[in-house]
Amino acid sequence: METVIKTKDLTKRFGDFVAVDKISFEVKKGEIFGFLGANGAGKTTAMRMLCGLSRPTSGEATVAGIDVYHNPEDIKKNIGYMSQKFSLYEDLTVLENIKFYAGIYGLSDNDIKEKSNELVEKLGLQEQANKLVQSLPLGWRQKLSFSVAIVHQPKVVFLDEPTGGVDPSMRKQFWDMIYDASEKGITIFVTTHYLDEAEYCDRICIMVDGRIEALDTPALLKKNFGVDNITEVFYQLARKAKRSGD
Amino acid sequence: MSTITLNNITKTYNKGATLAVDDISFSVDKGELFGLIGPDGAGKTSIFRMLTTLLLPDKGTATVVGYDVVKDFQKIRGIVGYMPGRFSLYQDLSVEENLNFFATVFGTSIKENYDQIKDIYEQIEPFKDRRAGKLSGGMKQKLALCCALIHKPEVLFLDEPTTGVDVVSRKEFWEMLKRLKEQGITIMVSTSYMDEATLCNRIGLILGGKILALDTPAKIVESYPEKLFAIKSSNMHQLLKDLRINDTLLNCYAAGEYIHLSFKNSSGENESLLTKYLQEKGQTDLVFKETVASVEDCFIRLLGNPDGNSN
Repeated sequence: METVIKTKDLTKRFGDFVAVDKISFEVKKGEIFGFLGANGAGKTTAMRMLCGLSRPTSGEATVAGIDVYHNPEDIKKNIGYMSQKFSLYEDLTVLENIKFYAGIYGLSDNDIKEKSNELVEKLGLQEQANKLVQSLPLGWRQKLSFSVAIVHQPKVVFLDEPTGGVDPSMRKQFWDMIYDASEKGITIFVTTHYLDEAEYCDRICIMVDGRIEALDTPALLKKNFGVDNITEVFYQLARKAKRSGD
Repeated sequence: MSTITLNNITKTYNKGATLAVDDISFSVDKGELFGLIGPDGAGKTSIFRMLTTLLLPDKGTATVVGYDVVKDFQKIRGIVGYMPGRFSLYQDLSVEENLNFFATVFGTSIKENYDQIKDIYEQIEPFKDRRAGKLSGGMKQKLALCCALIHKPEVLFLDEPTTGVDVVSRKEFWEMLKRLKEQGITIMVSTSYMDEATLCNRIGLILGGKILALDTPAKIVESYPEKLFAIKSSNMHQLLKDLRINDTLLNCYAAGEYIHLSFKNSSGENESLLTKYLQEKGQTDLVFKETVASVEDCFIRLLGNPDGNSN
């Protein structure tokens, strides 16, 4: 199976502060990889390096076969990204957002037209297509945002707390979309504070103070820690943390 | 006596086009820890802002500690603490300056009411000279709570204090709330985390501006109408797909390690027939058992079919 993300001793320092400390892991094509950790554990910094937004201090990393040091701009073309904080332009309509992102990702005019209609229909947003995104409930915005993030069929999509504040029913629908994308071969790299969602991942990695303290399937993690849920695994590891923050 | 009452409160925006709060009535007792549980857009923040006198209701009346939210707004402002969902302190003031500012505005001082915030403030005191904008999420949250408490309020309103906060910090935060409750402060808190609901004395499940259920977490869970089952197999995503096309089921959805489901009719043969059906579909390592509903299960039940068919 093809490896889509590969890191070895990947490190990021800010002055004396080691935000990410020699992390090494591999993620396979189509895998749903959960990236967990307390606030301040280094998740966002690691993700930014993998997205080509932040240059590592040392170590190696390739994403979709591209080296993060040499071709960060190429990485951006081969990945999708969405977060809870930034996703869509609220003062553009649903269709305008789709067209804007599809354009940025370099789709042809014909493809943009086709994709826009397909997405609107798939999401059941026909009535809202020409309404401003800010008028959509959060759950719908997040589903649209995810669809837009994979509109150019990237090899990997990074999801930074995509379901924060979303109702449980919508969260489940959101995870259905994640599963569908994974079945189409898109690798999913996802962070979440909802630990029930950790169970839906193929493998999860738990970061503590910049290091990877655990990495395995949810079932094996529970077994190895001798507990019956991921929350308990998380408590055991995160309590050891010495630093706190964002 | 009730510390908070709402009688037929309605709030609309955009000249009536958007109904945010729809004819809601409930009350919160003195010393109670009351949770408003619901997703973004359910109407939680509108309720908070009306009770803290920052918004006027379109219809209905509401009181806080016996004062009317419209007529007696000034009295209410002096006796409630409010922590909005969005970080609202002064980013370019230091930790201590922020706290001092809020104490002064309420006609008191940090020294006078230090005992009220001591537990929480001690955790951020090492950073008292740091600008609030430079604090981590967890520390911002603690500072905001201190600022909401510094005038010894009788009622504390906390709007989604734990959104985006990790599970360990969330647990610490709820332990702080428990200690505040023991001091007799009435607390109204909102959250979108269903697991936090069980830590409240009573909860209101809210969606689309309406309260769908209101009771103790235990009673809400008990009221789940059907038998609920948990099932897992070696191929969970396929299992969910197989279950969705089985017409004996009322609902089925992923719930952490398991999939939860209930049947349309209560027949003794349901379980064996479903097991047989799944085996024929090629499912292996099946674990199938009856389970107890959680607040999340109840919420999903009240939302209707969670199975993606609402679109």
